[in-house]
Amino acid sequence: MDNYEQRLARHMPTDIEYVSFRLHLERSEGLTVRDGVVEPPHNGYEAGVMITVWDREGMGYAATSDLSDAGIEAALAGARAWAERTAGLVVLARSPLAHGSGTYVSAVDRSFAATTLADRIALLAVQEQRLRIHARIVDSVASLYRVDSDTLLLTNRGGRVRQSFHNVFPNLRVTANAGANTQTRTYGGGAYCGQGGLEVLDRFGFGEAAPRLAEQALELLDAPPCPTGSMDLLLAPDQMILQIHESIGHPLELDRILGDERNFAGTSFVQPEMFGTYRYGSDLLNVTFDPNVAGQMASYAFDDDGTVATRGHLIRGGLLERGLGGTISQARSGVAGVANSRACAWNRPAIDRMANLNVEPGEMSFAELVGSVEHGVYLETNNSWSIDDSRNKFQFGCEYGRLIEDGELTTVVRNPGYRGVSATFWRSLRGVGNADTWQVMGTPNCGKGEPNQVIWVGHASPACLFGDVAVFGGR
Amino acid sequence: MASTDLASRVDDLVTWAAGQLHGDEVLLAAFSGEQADYVRFNNGSVRQAGSVHQQALSLDLVQGARHARTTLQLTGEADLDRTRVAEELRSLREQCAVLREDPYLLYNSDGTSSVRIGRNELPDPDVAMAEVARSARGRDLVGLYSAGTTYRGFASSLGQRNWYETSTFAFDWSFYLHADKATKNSYAGLSWSNEEFERKVQWSARQLEVLGRPALVRPPGAYRAYLAPAAMVELVDMLSWGGFGLKSHRTKQTPLLRMVTEGATLHPSVRIIEDTVGGVAPNFGSEGFTKPDEVVLIDGGRYTDWLVSPRSAREYDVPTNGASSWESPESLSVAAGTLPTDGVMEELGTGLYIGNLWYLNYSDRAACRTTGMTRFGTFWVEGGEIVAPVEVLRFDDSLLHLLGEKLVGLTDQPEVILDTASYGSRSTGSYRLPGAVVQEMIFTL
Repeated sequence: MDNYEQRLARHMPTDIEYVSFRLHLERSEGLTVRDGVVEPPHNGYEAGVMITVWDREGMGYAATSDLSDAGIEAALAGARAWAERTAGLVVLARSPLAHGSGTYVSAVDRSFAATTLADRIALLAVQEQRLRIHARIVDSVASLYRVDSDTLLLTNRGGRVRQSFHNVFPNLRVTANAGANTQTRTYGGGAYCGQGGLEVLDRFGFGEAAPRLAEQALELLDAPPCPTGSMDLLLAPDQMILQIHESIGHPLELDRILGDERNFAGTSFVQPEMFGTYRYGSDLLNVTFDPNVAGQMASYAFDDDGTVATRGHLIRGGLLERGLGGTISQARSGVAGVANSRACAWNRPAIDRMANLNVEPGEMSFAELVGSVEHGVYLETNNSWSIDDSRNKFQFGCEYGRLIEDGELTTVVRNPGYRGVSATFWRSLRGVGNADTWQVMGTPNCGKGEPNQVIWVGHASPACLFGDVAVFGGR
Repeated sequence: MASTDLASRVDDLVTWAAGQLHGDEVLLAAFSGEQADYVRFNNGSVRQAGSVHQQALSLDLVQGARHARTTLQLTGEADLDRTRVAEELRSLREQCAVLREDPYLLYNSDGTSSVRIGRNELPDPDVAMAEVARSARGRDLVGLYSAGTTYRGFASSLGQRNWYETSTFAFDWSFYLHADKATKNSYAGLSWSNEEFERKVQWSARQLEVLGRPALVRPPGAYRAYLAPAAMVELVDMLSWGGFGLKSHRTKQTPLLRMVTEGATLHPSVRIIEDTVGGVAPNFGSEGFTKPDEVVLIDGGRYTDWLVSPRSAREYDVPTNGASSWESPESLSVAAGTLPTDGVMEELGTGLYIGNLWYLNYSDRAACRTTGMTRFGTFWVEGGEIVAPVEVLRFDDSLLHLLGEKLVGLTDQPEVILDTASYGSRSTGSYRLPGAVVQEMIFTL
């Protein structure tokens, strides 16, 4: 990194209004054991730089994996050419970006560096074997993906932000089959990821989960379909994160509200004038942008535009306060936002993304939430997600459901799903779990942007109870 | 850099790397690169504009039946790239030492070398931007113009060399009227024609006029529907998510499970092909196997064949057809039907004209039950005439039904649609498929 920094610094121009060099170096390791077979490790090494220029009412970028002096110079010339070509045509004529400085490093309690490749494979092999408990298990996978990344943002007015991240993605997947009925259980649908080291595996009991998931997959084969009708809905945290992501996170992205995403990811039912007055949910709903949560996927000190990241409420007591938009979107919209301008890699420009977007815990224990339901269903782990382009009409499905009858968890049901409308769904929130039910997780694959980008985000949530929701089941 | 220079440089690097091998080691190398321009528009103005230059080399070091893989970005500096490759080979060698033998390793040890280089007739970015700006005058245009050269290569220490490069552009855009009322279109190809682009602009403009009528709210229920080719892309994309791969069939995770276990069939007119020879994507994969010109997946409504990756081939003892590890079509073709394309409105009669679908997912995967939303130019039609746009509707129906007993017919003039996705890099995927009229489609919200 230091060598690259010196090289980049030599090329930093002084005759341009705003220039940034965003260097991204990344090492990854993907390990998979499937049905008793260790698949070949897949390592990755990313290295590239994104150069962004704002000058004379134009803006352009150039990204290159050629980090030689000639490569950097060519990219800089390319970015300048785009700025010149777009002069007077861009949505924002001048950069509003700061030239910040600072550092961030993911906290790691127990480093993977203390393990060998053989150790990591053995860990997965043991867990994968524990998934294969019955002849009806037709597929079983244990995997571990790790990414260590270093980013450096240099600007032409002395900005220097250096951040190092260590992200860990463990997963288990077990599939059972009987005739035309196939059921799959996973380790939180991939949501049990986070920053850190080996301790990420312990946060959700990676070492103990396999037998339970396998037994539940088998149990689902013989379970009745989820009933259809209007009833109370209790969502586990690993389904809440999907609910938050799709029907709070995306609608509040300021670039959607500004229309940038209308040709691809969609628009939003939220309009600029709604901030400050709109009742998004019941008064139990409190949602924060929080880049400071230890170990969460998208904790950081600065976003990729170099804006200092601080915690803030987006929704407080059910009222909409601010949007998910970085410095550029805030300048364009006049709406208060947060530091969430992020790029998925060196080869894509930063846009408004979710980062750590969390529902704050309430006061009810899990037993109290269940006990308050006369007729309802409890759902875990998302496996189907679909929502309209305004982020309003949604339909989600889960891996595992249990009926709640007269305050008790009872029959396991298969293929549970539910439908709703974002604009009214959150107003039916009638119970929020306390800190004991609150889990810090993430979504590994959030797609958005033109050109397309997939990025990981963080979500934390307690279990939450909603009243009178349209629930349904499969065949 | 001229294309032949790049091919030569990759060739030189892999040849040099092959010289660093020990004993009986084998090296498989897959190259992926692009030089692309991306210009993003909103409200007719430029939101972001720039270029991406990227070159990635994947190395699979094989020691007997042990192997490990890595992917690294190339810098363009020959000495530095050699140093990095040497470091990666050392690391892969260390990893192989602790790995078990891989019983499913399969690579082409007797492959055929090939070169496929498309002509580069890309428009000057200034020309394309000027045309886009002209089309945006007085309209709310949002979308992405992308253009550039895409490179794929395969090289092994056994001497096989495959090289592919194609230079294409794609302008994928929408004209918005208000809120979510918009018409979507795309113009993609090898060489830019102002006249052809203008025809597409005018088609979108005419749709905008209809979108200006007050929108109807249709209640949930079952409606007769016409699915335009762009909407059909979304449906077949869902089928492609595990529907045609051998592994998903053998592990019972295919959405077409009922075609396998219960003898369910699609409409006899449905014929679905992985049409490699008719598509844009390269015909070789990262293990060096050449794909057949076509693989017939569904014929006469019945399941015919799978896409088989080299790994699945070894696992299930079936010959590979060179499919990628995810075993999904890259050049999917649905055969044309007999409904006159010019007469689909009359065939529809009264019902929904669905221009696009959006955000599909399985609501019951084993039953191929799928949910998703209408989007963009979707209209209510009566007596073969468009009445008004409709507010978005959610459907939830089995694709086995929609393309089975509920299918009235497929249109007789299929459209070629290039995949405009750009995750990581610009897609080389494509579709060739007709529109479809269905007796009823179930809408739930």
